[in-house]
Amino acid sequence: MSMIFGVPMAVLSGQLLIGIINGAFYALLSLGLAIIFGLLKIINFAHGAMYMLGAMATVIMFDALDVNYWVALFLAPVLVGIVGVFVEYFLLRRIAGQDHIYSLLLTFGVALIMQGVLTNIYGVSGLRYAMPDMFKGGVNLGFMFMPYYRAWVIVAALLVCFGTWFMVEKTKLGAYLRAGTEDSQLMQGFGINVPLLVSLTYGFGVMLAAFAGVLAAPIYSVTPVMGSHILIVVFAVVVIGGMGSIGGAIITGILMGVVEGLTKTFYPPASSAVIFLVMVIVLMIRPHGLFGKES
Amino acid sequence: MSQIDIQSSIQKTILKQQKAEDRRKLVLNGILLMLLLLAPFVIYPVFLMKILCFALFAAAFNLLFGFTGLLSFGHAAFLATGGYTTGYLLSNYSGLTTEMGIIAGTLMATVLGLGFALLSIRRQGIYFAMVTLALAQLVFFFFVQSSFTGGEDGLHGVPRGELFGLINLEDNLNMYYFVLAVFLACYLLIQRIVSSPYGHVLKAIKQNEPRAVSLGYKVDRYKVLAFVISAALAGLAGSMKSVVFQLASLNDAHWHMSGEVILMTLVGGMGTLLGPVLGATLVVNIEYQLGQGPLRDWVDPILGAIFVITVLAFRSGIVGEVQKFVRKNIG
Repeated sequence: MSMIFGVPMAVLSGQLLIGIINGAFYALLSLGLAIIFGLLKIINFAHGAMYMLGAMATVIMFDALDVNYWVALFLAPVLVGIVGVFVEYFLLRRIAGQDHIYSLLLTFGVALIMQGVLTNIYGVSGLRYAMPDMFKGGVNLGFMFMPYYRAWVIVAALLVCFGTWFMVEKTKLGAYLRAGTEDSQLMQGFGINVPLLVSLTYGFGVMLAAFAGVLAAPIYSVTPVMGSHILIVVFAVVVIGGMGSIGGAIITGILMGVVEGLTKTFYPPASSAVIFLVMVIVLMIRPHGLFGKES
Repeated sequence: MSQIDIQSSIQKTILKQQKAEDRRKLVLNGILLMLLLLAPFVIYPVFLMKILCFALFAAAFNLLFGFTGLLSFGHAAFLATGGYTTGYLLSNYSGLTTEMGIIAGTLMATVLGLGFALLSIRRQGIYFAMVTLALAQLVFFFFVQSSFTGGEDGLHGVPRGELFGLINLEDNLNMYYFVLAVFLACYLLIQRIVSSPYGHVLKAIKQNEPRAVSLGYKVDRYKVLAFVISAALAGLAGSMKSVVFQLASLNDAHWHMSGEVILMTLVGGMGTLLGPVLGATLVVNIEYQLGQGPLRDWVDPILGAIFVITVLAFRSGIVGEVQKFVRKNIG
């Protein structure tokens, strides 16, 4: 067996794969956060709860109505997106124009409510979601075993990330969005319905979180508190990438997954803290994050 | 009557009014003090001490958030550092008297606060909140991994010991009066800081930082000092808490604790002296009362709802809204 720095190749590549998969989740989640922050200047502390809602919805719909994985992959994000639009319309809109900090506090409250209510109903021990049949098994790549589902997670996450980036940065809709947040009065003068755009943007951001939640359902333990920890990690990812930088969030997300995987291989005790350590170092050298612009 | 006479008579009336106000304040404070002194005979002292510890924690946090305008989302780190340091020292070195353990815990939190401040102080607004949150997470994972903290179990059976080697703190009443004395001293200290020239600079920074810079203030230094004082007092709260409950646990280091102290401050009224104290009293009471009743499992959602309502409906908090009301209708 070949060794790299005293670690068997198979172990290393296995951890790398896990790292990339975690990174795919980080990328999806931080992308949503970056959009919501970059375009709306809202610090969405409810993002983890939305991710959790996506995963919970997948399991609950399967148990109650036998909704299969592919339908859930579409339906759960839409449902959560609608929840998001409601949150924006009834709550966040009322504090528009106030200090950004209030959006953080408000969404933190929303997250506490969602988490608490679902914990009361379903407990914290975790729900089970069976792997869809077509994803059972995997393929031997020679140096490592690659489960099909993990390959699918990476592909799906990358596709969605790229599509989102393309939409915001390269299409006319994206241009409206960016313009609407830059100068909403002017855009309204041009006949664009900016408040609607804001609601939809928030809804879209949390849809991405819910999509990540559906992807997570078959491989992670689905509990009402699953979003609570990952949220903080994802915030660190967004800060490292540069808050509001959409491309930066995607690249940093995957990068941080890999860094975490490598740390787990070479120095396990530090693995859960390494991202925060990276964040501190990055902020000392580049205060605006790796891809952020000077504000 | 000459001009000067009129002026001096106006001054005299103003002075008289001020004196009357001072007297009223003195009487009010006296009554409050009496109530605090008599409270442990009516209410379970440990519960009162819990309130006092959290009130100090919230007041420390408020010095930074309410008066300087810096939202730290990592204050749990100081609470926990104070608690663990004191708990560990008192459990392992029997020669130490209680106040030495508490001072050591406070010092650790102060040093940590300086570290946090140097790393985060140049960031503004939400960036500042995120950086402090990440730093606090580092501290959290450090406590999870370290052996001296007892990991998930925490430190149990911290001896309360004797204050100055003389006063037995196992007695709840003694312990209560000690905690009360520390709390009042800190409260007066914060009051003194806020009304000092230094405090006014902090408020100026909160209101308009570029302006404070252009007036020649070294804003960063002022902020660092505010952060360090705030961290020290939060650490002191944690140290006392670990002695009172004879327990230091990971709960105190979790980021939810950082959120909870924000809630206390916000509900009570940020940027007011009494607000955080009131907010802490309220939140601790709500948690306790709900924890007893049929709504036991609904504490988190209810706290979340309070958060939402406070942010939407009364951002100045209870004390802030009362002040506004008084100013509008009476003053």
